[in-house]
Amino acid sequence: MKHLAGSILSTLASVRWALLAFALLLIFNMVFTPGFFDLQVRDGRLYGTPVDILNHGSKVAIVAVGMTLVIATAGVDLSVGALVAIAGAVAATLLADRGAPWYVAIASALIVATLFGLWNGALIAFLRLQPIVATLILMVAGRGVAQLITGGSITTYEDPRMTWFGNGSLFGLPVPVTLLALVALACAVATRRTPLGLFIESVGDNQPASRLAGVPDRAVRLCVYAFSGLCAGMAGIIECSYIKAADANNAGQLLELDAILAVVIGGTSLMGGRFLLVGSIVGALLMQTLTKTLYMQDVSSDIAPAPKAAVVILVCLLQSPVVRERLVRMRQSRREAP
Amino acid sequence: MHAEPAELTSPALLEARDLSKRFGPVHALSGVNFTLRHAEIHALMGENGAGKSTLIKCLTGVHRPDSGSTLLRGRAIAPASPRDAEREGIATVFQEVNLIPHLSIAENICLGREPTHLRRIRWRAVRQRARAALQRLGLSIDVRRELDSCSIAVQQLVAIARALDIDARVLILDEPTSSLDRSEVVNLFTIMRRLRDQGLGILFVTHFLDQVYAIADRITVLRDGRFVAEHSVADLPRQKLVGLMVGRELDLAAAAPAHAAIQPSSTPLLEARAIARHGCVEHADLSIHAGQTLGLAGLLGSGRTETARLLFGADRLERGQLLVDGQPVRFRAPRHAIRRRIALTPENRKDHGIIPSLSVRENIELALRARGRARLSPAASRLLADHYIRILSIRTPSADTPVSSLSGGNQQKVLVARWLATQPRLLILDEPTRGVDVAAKAEIIREIEHLRRQGMAILFISSELEEVVRVSQRVVVLRDRRTVAQLSGAQITEQAVLGAIADSA
Repeated sequence: MKHLAGSILSTLASVRWALLAFALLLIFNMVFTPGFFDLQVRDGRLYGTPVDILNHGSKVAIVAVGMTLVIATAGVDLSVGALVAIAGAVAATLLADRGAPWYVAIASALIVATLFGLWNGALIAFLRLQPIVATLILMVAGRGVAQLITGGSITTYEDPRMTWFGNGSLFGLPVPVTLLALVALACAVATRRTPLGLFIESVGDNQPASRLAGVPDRAVRLCVYAFSGLCAGMAGIIECSYIKAADANNAGQLLELDAILAVVIGGTSLMGGRFLLVGSIVGALLMQTLTKTLYMQDVSSDIAPAPKAAVVILVCLLQSPVVRERLVRMRQSRREAP
Repeated sequence: MHAEPAELTSPALLEARDLSKRFGPVHALSGVNFTLRHAEIHALMGENGAGKSTLIKCLTGVHRPDSGSTLLRGRAIAPASPRDAEREGIATVFQEVNLIPHLSIAENICLGREPTHLRRIRWRAVRQRARAALQRLGLSIDVRRELDSCSIAVQQLVAIARALDIDARVLILDEPTSSLDRSEVVNLFTIMRRLRDQGLGILFVTHFLDQVYAIADRITVLRDGRFVAEHSVADLPRQKLVGLMVGRELDLAAAAPAHAAIQPSSTPLLEARAIARHGCVEHADLSIHAGQTLGLAGLLGSGRTETARLLFGADRLERGQLLVDGQPVRFRAPRHAIRRRIALTPENRKDHGIIPSLSVRENIELALRARGRARLSPAASRLLADHYIRILSIRTPSADTPVSSLSGGNQQKVLVARWLATQPRLLILDEPTRGVDVAAKAEIIREIEHLRRQGMAILFISSELEEVVRVSQRVVVLRDRRTVAQLSGAQITEQAVLGAIADSA
């Protein structure tokens, strides 16, 4: 028990900069955004801005969890946005055109997304393409594939069990929150209770040395890209469920960048090695809160990326050891001056 | 301090006063003094973790010292980067070659100071300058070659040539000889003497005692991050030097040779028949028995490391056959060899050994976990790490310290621990004593002997012939990527091995 408490504390300590930024943002909203924290209960479900943030943030966070493992192996997955579109297209087309049951639609979407993830992994592990190139292929081609599946139109469907995933509620909160909790828990157990996490970190930190130590480096790579595909598939189902349709052009647009930002804000280095799942989730929620804040402050969506970027830079600066050392030095010299 | 009249005759060139540096809880340097004079070769000696590398890094601007000062010709300097130090005239060749592998030799030598004309690089001049720099080392190689295609020894010489290319007053060489063969070392020493006679101060770090006495004028000894003594070489006999380094008297003759005649079991544990791989090994035959140490001798580039990699499945075999317990096997990856309980600690510890940002504990348990048999609870994992930290006396603040913050010798011990944890039947040690101080060397050799007596088979690779002769029951000699001789028992002498290496070459 003591050990568990210790590991929770050390996890919180390692994401403290993202948490600090998050807290500052919430304080800002408490003061300057009227009605930000207003919550209502209707039909056993919570409504309000924080709930909206959790709902949409969960979708990004699910993708960020998969992205975290990929980045920990010193890779990157640019195809997740396109995979969201493909998964949505598969699910919606099966429901609308084939009249398939909801569980078949969902299972098919997840399987297709995972297979595309495996494809990325195979290009990287076996053909040794650079991750950024290998996944760029699918990032570009993926939307075309989604268009092919939907036949070039926005495919709408009417199945309440499918729309429940985006719009329903569970335990008083939107369903995606529960999905995120499940994905994060499964991922944490798989990486921290088995050696998989150690393998991922060692492959990301020093691939040749890991191979010489007997780590199945190719299998590890395949695994993380397949998992990233699966996570993107889940996000695809949530997105497709929000709008009760598959929009091959706009679903998951720029999601890969949000997910990468969430991972980086969460303290996982793009150079690979150590990763922090909790950090990525905090990062995703921070980004979503920021987006919502700007929206509620009537910042035009055209200029919203600028203040967003400022926050990202701030968090990254706080994490940078160089900057921190300078700050400490400055404080010391000021103390010594008088 | 040991003030001697000689100090007055030659003025100080580079001086460190009371330098201290901490890394987290580790005091890498505490109040170290060091003086390098004009026209001298000054050896910096100490065990692993004594602070030699840290001192050099503080002098050259890689690290900022926490306190203390550095003076160059009596003027305080505080270089913020190696480039800053270069501008002051302090050139450094670090232990691990820090060049750009995919650039040519010429580009590497002139990088950052290319001769230009109207802001365009004059490639012809770049090549000429590189050629001139290499000629000072007595080397004539095609400077257009990609650095990566050269041997480590040549890369090291290129690094030295690069350092010489600036107008240096101080030259710092951090273990420059650890990758060089004998003739290259002699060559380097000739150059070092010439540079000294031109008035350069040369700071020289090495673990080879012979080399210190062959070339150095003065010696400074560090221990546990502290200054211990400074002497001229003539005033410091070997026994005393070693005693100062380890902090106790050491009997060098104590480690007796282990040439007990042993009866090998009939089937070798591992047998290689005419194994080959293009560009690595042309033809190697060897067999290793349980309870035996097989030494692999040969000059640099003779295919020692390459043979070991083939035996371990790190590179794919193209011709020939491997047998484990008389059964033919095919290793397509190291983990197939590991399943047969073969282990290898690689020559290049930094690139192929440690996982730098993971902790000592995680580095130790990595191979065991990767083999997939053992289920380690967190408690068992801590016990395992503590056990090996204790029995190999690994110097680390804790098992959870990142392995990258340990000194080279301790990183090597972590790698040995990683493999001992898998309880291998055959342990391949590729240069386990390279870059390791005398005391740790003795420890490693004792450990090898101990493991062998327990029935482990050892394949021991070392450039230091004396070590190979001391620990091996049998020696296989490689020349030009082929096995050329096998010696056993009383046949094993330095002369015999040298003879086999040199035979008709």
